Amino acid sequence: MIPPSFEYLTPSNISDAVALLQKHGDEAKILAGGHSLIPAMRLRLAEPGYLIDISGIGGLDYIQEESGQLRIGAMTCEAALEESEIVQSKYPLLLDTAKMIADPSVRNMATVGGNLAHGDPANDHPATMLALRASVVAEGPNGTREIKIDDFFPDFFTTALAEDEILTEIRIPSPPSASGGAYLKIERKVGDYAAAAVACQLNIDSSGSIENIGLGLTNVGSTPIRASSAEELLKGKKPDENMLAEAGRLAAADSEPMEDLRGSAEYKRALVNELTQRAIKLSLQRAEGSR
Amino acid sequence: MGKYIGESVLRKEDPRLVTGEAKYLEDIQLSGMVHAVVKRSDYAHAKIKNIDTSEAEKVPGVIGVWTGKDFEDVNPMPCAWQAGGVDNNANTPRVLEIDKVTFTGQGVAVVVAEDRNIAEDASSKIVVDYEELPTVVSAEEAIKPGAPQLHENAPNNICMEWECGNQEGTEKALGEADVVVKEQLVNQRLIPSSMEPRGAIADYQPATEEFTVWMTSQAPHVHRLLATAFVFGIPETKMRVIAAHVGGGFGCKIFLYPEYCLVAALARKIERPVKWMETRSENFASTTHGRDHVTQIEVGAKNDGTINSLKVTTVANLGGTLSTIAPGIPTTLYGRLLSGTYKFPNIYCGVKGVYTNTGMVDAYRGAGRPEATYVVERALDLVANKLGMDVLDVRRKNFIQTNQFPYLPADGITKGLTYDSGDYEKPLNKALQMFNYGNFREEQKRARDEGKYLGVGFSTYIEACGVAPSAWIGVGGEGWGAGLWESANIRVHLTGKVVVTTGSSPHGQGTETTMAQIAADELGIPYEDVEVKYNDTLGTPFGYGTYGSRSAAVGGAALFNAVQKVKQKAVRIGAHMLEASPDDVVFEDGKVSVKGSPDQAKTIQEIAGAAALGYSLPEGDEPFLDETAYFDPPNTTWPFGTHICVVEVEKDTGSVMVKKYLAVDDVGNVVNPMIVDGQIHGGIAQGVAQALWESGEYNESGQLVSGSMMDYAIPRTDCLPSFELDRTVTPSPTNPLGVKGVGETGTIASTPAVVNAVMDALSPFGVTHLDMPLTSQKIWNAIQS
Repeated sequence: MIPPSFEYLTPSNISDAVALLQKHGDEAKILAGGHSLIPAMRLRLAEPGYLIDISGIGGLDYIQEESGQLRIGAMTCEAALEESEIVQSKYPLLLDTAKMIADPSVRNMATVGGNLAHGDPANDHPATMLALRASVVAEGPNGTREIKIDDFFPDFFTTALAEDEILTEIRIPSPPSASGGAYLKIERKVGDYAAAAVACQLNIDSSGSIENIGLGLTNVGSTPIRASSAEELLKGKKPDENMLAEAGRLAAADSEPMEDLRGSAEYKRALVNELTQRAIKLSLQRAEGSR
Repeated sequence: MGKYIGESVLRKEDPRLVTGEAKYLEDIQLSGMVHAVVKRSDYAHAKIKNIDTSEAEKVPGVIGVWTGKDFEDVNPMPCAWQAGGVDNNANTPRVLEIDKVTFTGQGVAVVVAEDRNIAEDASSKIVVDYEELPTVVSAEEAIKPGAPQLHENAPNNICMEWECGNQEGTEKALGEADVVVKEQLVNQRLIPSSMEPRGAIADYQPATEEFTVWMTSQAPHVHRLLATAFVFGIPETKMRVIAAHVGGGFGCKIFLYPEYCLVAALARKIERPVKWMETRSENFASTTHGRDHVTQIEVGAKNDGTINSLKVTTVANLGGTLSTIAPGIPTTLYGRLLSGTYKFPNIYCGVKGVYTNTGMVDAYRGAGRPEATYVVERALDLVANKLGMDVLDVRRKNFIQTNQFPYLPADGITKGLTYDSGDYEKPLNKALQMFNYGNFREEQKRARDEGKYLGVGFSTYIEACGVAPSAWIGVGGEGWGAGLWESANIRVHLTGKVVVTTGSSPHGQGTETTMAQIAADELGIPYEDVEVKYNDTLGTPFGYGTYGSRSAAVGGAALFNAVQKVKQKAVRIGAHMLEASPDDVVFEDGKVSVKGSPDQAKTIQEIAGAAALGYSLPEGDEPFLDETAYFDPPNTTWPFGTHICVVEVEKDTGSVMVKKYLAVDDVGNVVNPMIVDGQIHGGIAQGVAQALWESGEYNESGQLVSGSMMDYAIPRTDCLPSFELDRTVTPSPTNPLGVKGVGETGTIASTPAVVNAVMDALSPFGVTHLDMPLTSQKIWNAIQS
């Protein structure tokens, strides 16, 4: 279909973009890579009167590790994550995720910031960032503020961004040594939304016990979900098969899936259970391998 | 054969396709052209009480807004295949519906505006007042007492009832069988999803009352005939139909759609060219769908695996209204194929075609034959399971033997058509040379011990292609409202360059290339010297179009015969030039030469020049080499083969991985191996897709829930392994080229091979049948229970 008419605005810096947001309020939408918003507009599911394209604003496209943090500019495209040496060497969870988002042509356009700011629980980065215990930087009329990822998705298709704020950066704590992560997804085909997916990030101590673990779940609830009961179970433990099975059960219990074409709620819980166990195992292997 | 037939020459079509120069319908711009957008019903079953177009009319740039009442003088679309006694014009769509709608996505109003965006915006301002009616989307539910009724003239929503074979004899044989297997097999609804959606552009000349209509069409001559003689009631000669480049169809562009006639009616009304191009969402909702059968089978067998009876009853969902040839698909093209490659002595098939509040169902790649093959090949596996026999032993036990050809399937199910040739063990044995079955069974056992579930599935199929003898399929036969011959014209110009025009209407098949190969070989001229023109009713002889794997077997045969006529005339003119008697010369390698004196020769180019100049011709011969032939096949062709699929099922998630896919097909002689392999590749992908992923789903209120590319799971390349292909060659005796057609082979053969493989993998869990698509959820559920 064809979207209804809208005004297309191209600010050259963030403060102009923020000013436009202030001026047009909820009639305006930020356009980043456009791979969620434009399909929604074509189907007239979203009908913004003003489209503020921030792709012309420089300096929002970077991947840098400094002072114990990985900083990703909001306009960094998924393909850049895949190609980044630092991501390839130290952030297997991010690498897994980037490789699994849609297909290569989408990843050349779609941005990390957009994937989060769209607020869609079916997107992949929300769960990833939960597992990585990331935070995001929002810039508004009164400057910037940092929002913990756990506070960023209050409700279905809703984020903690104020109407006049723009997500500009994602900050991920640099993993300690002996860290590993993984993202596993079941989808009907490449490019489909996940029937369910699980993100895991952990590090182990010298005895092989888990020091810290983050588990995020994709598309099994109205928001991205942190599998906190499984995280609590595993913290400080060196899990055997039984404990992994229990972690899977707990993660499944923390999920709140709805039935759709991709499966029943029961089936999706079973997937969360299985994928959680696999993601933890793979993360543990990777952590051992990175010693 | 010659220099080109049998060679993978590069496709003539490709330079313009791969460089983007090819002009598809959406690329065509006419001076003064305006744009139409169709307002479609949001309800699956409703009376139209009122349509308020006033707000839409006020939008600047809108030329007009019309509803069905403005086109009461335009007849409904015809139903051109009256199988099972369907009355012509019964319950077919109108250019815009007037009183009621029977599925979501039917057109109820149209906006014409200076540009597409304006028309789309204005369309959203049309207010339709509906009185909602109760809906029914399942064909089985629709025929039950008390179901919502769609059409007054179709009690219990039954459109037609049809049968073939011998019910009494089959039931008696079932009673005499050692074992009887009963199963319900659902062949789910599919959505064709050609890369290019549908569209049409109409231009009207008031002075001559002539239309030119561009449309996404697999059959421009048929579209013209139906639109003029049936819908508008004007002479056929007052319309020219051009198919431009067509970006795939898989059957869905055979049919005359309301929108194609709507743009013509609009162009006549406003006297400006009108374009309509559907969106992908409209394509999902309003273009025809395929399959959608619910079938009960009963198979009787002796303890040694000999099948003595097959009884099939099918409820076929035809949608809310009838598409152009809808009744023929679940009848002639389905029931008549139910003997497969097997000598079943007793067969019966009864079919009910049913209206429901869903999109129209009509031919989709394979059209009836995939549904039949699915029934037969699943039945063989179910019998093997029941008897604890190997699936290949049961197949071999029941194969028609080579000394039985020509073979007439039992109980008259083919209505007199015989399998003209075949050797069903041959492709099976060749496939088994490529795939070590014994080793696989051992590997399967080992893998199961390790908690891995492998399965293998076979499909030793037959199909009927090159449809069809006109008298057999036509009115008085199977109810198809016309003939099914094909035509070709060949002209050898003064310079020796050749133009072929064909009534076939390719839309991605590479027919331009294969036709040129045939003409070049038969005339002994370079392939580059042949141009093949098609897809335009002006300048091509009448033809029924491209579908049913018929363009090589019927259209190619017509071309072959036309070339023979040219050669006969060339022999006469060549002999005249050589001052010899026609009996004393031969035509070979593009030359007419005196027998025994190959140096005394005239090339076809020299002869064409002489024929075109006409200075000196044999007495009684007219100038120019220009011949047309019409070929009506005496039989369909009968391709067959063996497909083997290996899958792995993951127990904990239910996911299926296709690990290996082998196909050995016998499609007769092969004109272009690359094109044939390409057809098989695409066909297999579509067939595997039905087995594992695709499903057109409506909810209870008749909303299409699989109405976008995100929701309808078309596979991508990474879902499929590399296919291993080979062939056996049993030339078809039905046509002079010995070809059989290949367009639908992969789709027909592959679906049951995949399902059989998954069921084999699930056998440790006691699962014997699951309905398609075999989604991971369905498999996981089956494993859990």
